[in-house]
Amino acid sequence: MSIILTVLSGFIFASAAPFVHRFIKEGIGWIMALLPISLLIYFLTYVPMVAAGEVTIVSYPWIPRLGVTLSFYLDGLSLLFSLLISGIGALVLIYAGSYLKEHPQLGRFNLFILMFMASMLGVVLAGNLLTLFVFWELTSLSSYLLIGFDHERETARSAALQALLVTGGGGLALLAGLVMIGQIGGSFEFSLLLQQGDRLRGDPLYVPIVLLVLLGAFTKSAQVPFHFWLPSAMEAPTPVSAYLHSATMVKAGIYLMARLTPILGGTDTWFYTVSIIGGATMLVTGISALYQNDMKRILAYSTASVLGMLTLLLGLGATATIETAIIYLFAHALYKGALFLVAGAVDHETGRRDIRALGGLRRAMPITAAAAGLAALSMAGIPPLFGYIGKEVLYEAAQKLSGIGSYVTGLLMLASLLLVAVAGMVGLRPFVIGKKGVTHPEAHEAPISLRLGPVVLAGSGLLFGLFPSLAGYWILSPAVAAVLRQPAPLHLSLWHGWNEIVLLSLATTAAGAGLYAARERLLPAAEALKGIARWGPARGYSATLNGMMRLAQAQTRLLQNGRLRIYLMIVATSAVGLAGYTLLHRDGFIGLGIESELRFYEVAIGGVILAAAFLATQTRSRLGAVTALGVVGYGVALIYILYGAPDLAMTQFLIETFMVILFILVFYHLPGLTPFSEWKRRLRDGLLSLAVGTLMFTLAYLASHARFHPPISRFFAETSVPMAHGRNIVNVILVDFRAFDTLGEITVLSVAAFGVYALLKLRLEGKR
Amino acid sequence: MEMLLSLVIGGLYAAGFYLMLRRSLAKLIIGLSLLSNATNLLIFTAGGLTRAEPPLVPRGADRPTGPFADPLPQAMILTAIVIGFGVLAFALVLAYRAYQTTGSEDLDAMKETDR
Repeated sequence: MSIILTVLSGFIFASAAPFVHRFIKEGIGWIMALLPISLLIYFLTYVPMVAAGEVTIVSYPWIPRLGVTLSFYLDGLSLLFSLLISGIGALVLIYAGSYLKEHPQLGRFNLFILMFMASMLGVVLAGNLLTLFVFWELTSLSSYLLIGFDHERETARSAALQALLVTGGGGLALLAGLVMIGQIGGSFEFSLLLQQGDRLRGDPLYVPIVLLVLLGAFTKSAQVPFHFWLPSAMEAPTPVSAYLHSATMVKAGIYLMARLTPILGGTDTWFYTVSIIGGATMLVTGISALYQNDMKRILAYSTASVLGMLTLLLGLGATATIETAIIYLFAHALYKGALFLVAGAVDHETGRRDIRALGGLRRAMPITAAAAGLAALSMAGIPPLFGYIGKEVLYEAAQKLSGIGSYVTGLLMLASLLLVAVAGMVGLRPFVIGKKGVTHPEAHEAPISLRLGPVVLAGSGLLFGLFPSLAGYWILSPAVAAVLRQPAPLHLSLWHGWNEIVLLSLATTAAGAGLYAARERLLPAAEALKGIARWGPARGYSATLNGMMRLAQAQTRLLQNGRLRIYLMIVATSAVGLAGYTLLHRDGFIGLGIESELRFYEVAIGGVILAAAFLATQTRSRLGAVTALGVVGYGVALIYILYGAPDLAMTQFLIETFMVILFILVFYHLPGLTPFSEWKRRLRDGLLSLAVGTLMFTLAYLASHARFHPPISRFFAETSVPMAHGRNIVNVILVDFRAFDTLGEITVLSVAAFGVYALLKLRLEGKR
Repeated sequence: MEMLLSLVIGGLYAAGFYLMLRRSLAKLIIGLSLLSNATNLLIFTAGGLTRAEPPLVPRGADRPTGPFADPLPQAMILTAIVIGFGVLAFALVLAYRAYQTTGSEDLDAMKETDR
């Protein structure tokens, strides 16, 4: 099995999912999980190779003429993400099979989520920027479909649209940035671009590139000021929140920044933009998490906070902070995935997610409670969980920073103590403490499929906490090495002896516990914050959206106003203006030929036609207008006769006669030609019409004299008899050389005839 | 002669366009008809005027003898005349039905009916 199959198999499996669901209802989640489990095993086989520093590159020509290839690239960073995507994917599919068991569209859900899994694998395995971009957008699309899965709820639809517009808008910026990288770097392949870092950093377009790429990464990873879509996205079914909006998709931005660090990182622009936005996100969303009551929204805000922390760490760009970013990313995926799944299980069993209405669930759901507890302890950074190691390396890395070390440490401590409080709110309160007297008689332990995810993820947190080098050596070191472009052996251990870091860690935990205890008393103060939050970027989003809708409506009203006159006027004014301008300014009058001789009866015919046309515009008599039309038509026929076109003249006489009869028949039923508009409007229309007439006069005059190419009619004249056996060349052209034109003409006529017949036979509903 | 025909074409366009800007449905169709004549004449003039024999091959010859009018614009115009007739016939009947249904031939009044 090659790497491309790992991505394609997801799409193939996805398209089969709805059909499978039609036949198999029982245990569908376990069946669907077979694919991610086999992918997980497949990726695990790569672990020793990648740990030894090997990089696998597979490339297929895609659009060879544009130099676009479909290439895949597997190094430590890709492998870490691939393991998370397939591993958590398997748990989430098993979970969803049970969580959405009663939902009639479970098959469709599996389709979307497998499609997402395949796209996400595509993002992290992509070997060039364009492949990455295609899968990047596919994840946005599948996220849209999954958030709006319960599409009958208005809030779900608008949340889905919001996520799509924010991440899709960022995606467009990203595309521009990636194309510029490709242009300057000379290739879209990572393997080649990695050598081009200095060239890109020295390019005058470097700053726009960084800003565009970061716009893509920040929108995807819910950084301030684009963080608002992530809490809204909690409208999605909980397995989706656990998978996309916590463990994988929102980390795509982090992945991108990590992947591009060797190419774009290491400058002041990168350092300040990434770390300031990351730091701001970490604090703003961390504090916002505190005054939420919905378990999922608490988790969403704290996810955004951690994403901010990871962004900050990548922005700082030191070896130690990048190591920490990767380690913490792994820790977060484990504990946050578990907590989301726990929140879903609680919701599933009690029908509630509001932490004020939950309490004492440990008696009814002991196993879920244990998993929640472990995950919460990991989140709070308490030994011996992996989260503790994450927090420890976090402080250690911050301390090592020269100059700003103490400030960064302070910020990180603040964010960490918020995380401790949040861990208490979602992992402890519903199960252990909670309100007195809150009981859940209906609650009972979740089925195995709902327990498996939280237990495995939280258990992994414990396992890797006890044996940190297991993850450190095999998975995390290669990932760090991929970002740093040099071997980065990590020496993770649970206990380093008493030192400053341990004290900081203890202090954070104690302060966080204190914050958790004081939360109830702090909530009134948070009300004030809510007032400010209402003026936040979410408001800007809706204002922009409404503004664009209004603009679209206004211009539709202006341009598509349903009045033929206005359309005609716009067309005429543009034609006269543009063609007239060109004629006047670009030597439009060159190449006038010789004027052919004019005879007096021709002047008479021309005069009669013009007079009749003028009469048609002025008369109020229906018969007068039809007569004038007839005169024009017969006059034109006479001109055809004079210039060697008897066929035209005959047809024209015939058709003109028919037309006059038809006009009279119809006009008999219509009222007289009463003028509707006042003289001012008639004058304006008259002037515009004269302008149109003048333009057409000029064009006709120029066209009759201009000869750019010899006519092709000689061919028709010479071949008419030998090839087509016809002596009337016009007829031969019609039925032989250009017979398809005539076929089209016949078709138009038949359609018109059917239309006329249908209109005449139509019985109007109201008249019956 | 080109000058005269160009004047006729310009005049027909102006009259046709003016009528199409009117609010009366009947005038709109008359304008359409004028416009279609003007366009045919435009193709005819632009193709080059030859005060010559029609494009016919005399009996016994296998190509025209002497100068002849260009057959290609003629073939195109022939098609255009017939199609123009089809369109006008349809427009006329449509106008008739529209008047029957709405009781008005004022285009502005008709616009209001589908509100």
